Amino acid sequence: MSTSLTNEEVSRYGRQMIVQGLSSNHPIDQQLLLKNSKIVLIGAGGLSSPCLAYLAGAGVGTIGIIDDDVVENSNLHRQIIHSTSKRGMLKCDSAKKFVNDLNPNVEVKTFPVRLTNYNAFEIFAQFDVILDCTDTPITRYLSSDVAVLLGKTLISASGVNTEGQLTVLNFENIGPCYRCFHPKPPPPHAVSSCSANGVIGACIGLVGVMQAVETLKVLQKIYNKDNFEPFMLQYSGFMDQSLRRFKMRGRRDDCISCGKKAENKITKAMIEDGEINYFEFCGSKDYNVVADEERITVNEFEAKYWKNRNYNDKTIYIDVRPAHHYSISNFNNEKFHNIPLADLKSYKSDWNKLRAEIPDVDKSSEVVVFCRHGNESRLATRVLKDDFGIKNTKDVIGGFFKYIDDVDKSIPKY
Amino acid sequence: MTNNIKLLIEFLGGLDSIFDNKRTYSVEVDNDKIKTLKDLIFDYIVKELLVKPEDNYSIYIQDETIRPGILTLINDVDWELEEELDYVLQNRDVISFTSTLHGG
Repeated sequence: MSTSLTNEEVSRYGRQMIVQGLSSNHPIDQQLLLKNSKIVLIGAGGLSSPCLAYLAGAGVGTIGIIDDDVVENSNLHRQIIHSTSKRGMLKCDSAKKFVNDLNPNVEVKTFPVRLTNYNAFEIFAQFDVILDCTDTPITRYLSSDVAVLLGKTLISASGVNTEGQLTVLNFENIGPCYRCFHPKPPPPHAVSSCSANGVIGACIGLVGVMQAVETLKVLQKIYNKDNFEPFMLQYSGFMDQSLRRFKMRGRRDDCISCGKKAENKITKAMIEDGEINYFEFCGSKDYNVVADEERITVNEFEAKYWKNRNYNDKTIYIDVRPAHHYSISNFNNEKFHNIPLADLKSYKSDWNKLRAEIPDVDKSSEVVVFCRHGNESRLATRVLKDDFGIKNTKDVIGGFFKYIDDVDKSIPKY
Repeated sequence: MTNNIKLLIEFLGGLDSIFDNKRTYSVEVDNDKIKTLKDLIFDYIVKELLVKPEDNYSIYIQDETIRPGILTLINDVDWELEEELDYVLQNRDVISFTSTLHGG
């Protein structure tokens, strides 16, 4: 444990050390609280990028980064600690390089793994405070349960589209945990993600910056057991920017993770031997609704339908992506009809509605269905076959993006 | 004579997508009929504001309450600190529903 600052550190952190009114401690002691802190961020993406940058800049002594993804082109608009030259590099390695360039005083530990039941305890045990910057309910429940069992404060942020949320969980082992707020997981169809629903980089970035501010309050003991009140911040970027602070409930007595009166509480053994199955608990969308013989590969599509298509081709091609997705990139061919899945479902087998989009379709038509990744097209195939009775409907495995990858790389992928 | 109260109803975290893409509704309801939050949700919001209830009801309601994954706030306070569905509405209350976000 450090008990002093070097001259370089005093000059580096001086501007934050002279801010008054945050604490009655000596400014050097306040800075030493950061220098002696060990935090770990789960995820090195849109939230973590600015959060990590500010916390490293502020002089947090040890920072762990858990992420097994590599930097992709589609990350760069929001994940600003990575860069174009680092595409293909592990995100945790790229993040480490960024942190060390910014502040060589920070010790960085990288974990190029996915957080699981089997590694969460071992990783979390090496740190004081956990920052959840992930993107699925599965990891949020897991990280909360493990943080409670290890007695660590968890600072949890999330965002999608133009909005974000931020909360401090299991604060000093007295505050509510994720399960206190959400005893039941949301149904899988109601969970949105940045890749499917989009995200404005500046909006998620702002939430990451706010996460850094909350982390400083926890590490510098500006929050304490007497003044901490459970809350959730809700940020909205558009139209008028707003930040709301919701007063939240405290611990739930019957919470199976942290509740003092709960029976059959979750234990370390139950997590580590897989008895608590977060994937099952949270569920997933079931796209497995078409048989193999109802599907074709992108190469079969190209060979059988697309390459030699002619004016007499009566095959009907449908792309079920949302219209704003379709408008960014498509086959650019009038034989294709864009009917978003939600619209197709809402027709409820009304042929008039279907024919308003595709005039010459009937039950004997040959139909080929595309979507972005080959998931929603499977649901659409069921609608066309079961609701409309169009027996000769084919789903294209892997969808439009797979076609781009395997057949025609000249089409833009978003 | 009717006994109206004014309320502000908000749908945040993307929930506005099933409420005609409008995030806030300033409404006046008959307080003789709409007394509690339960009345407001089931006799007003579901009937008057929810778009395509045949498709969207299950995104908003599950097991006769607000579905898991949506937080309900009464004047910026978690409804679990109030009386939840039995909360008695007051003039000028702000009732917010926000979908929990998971992306990052």
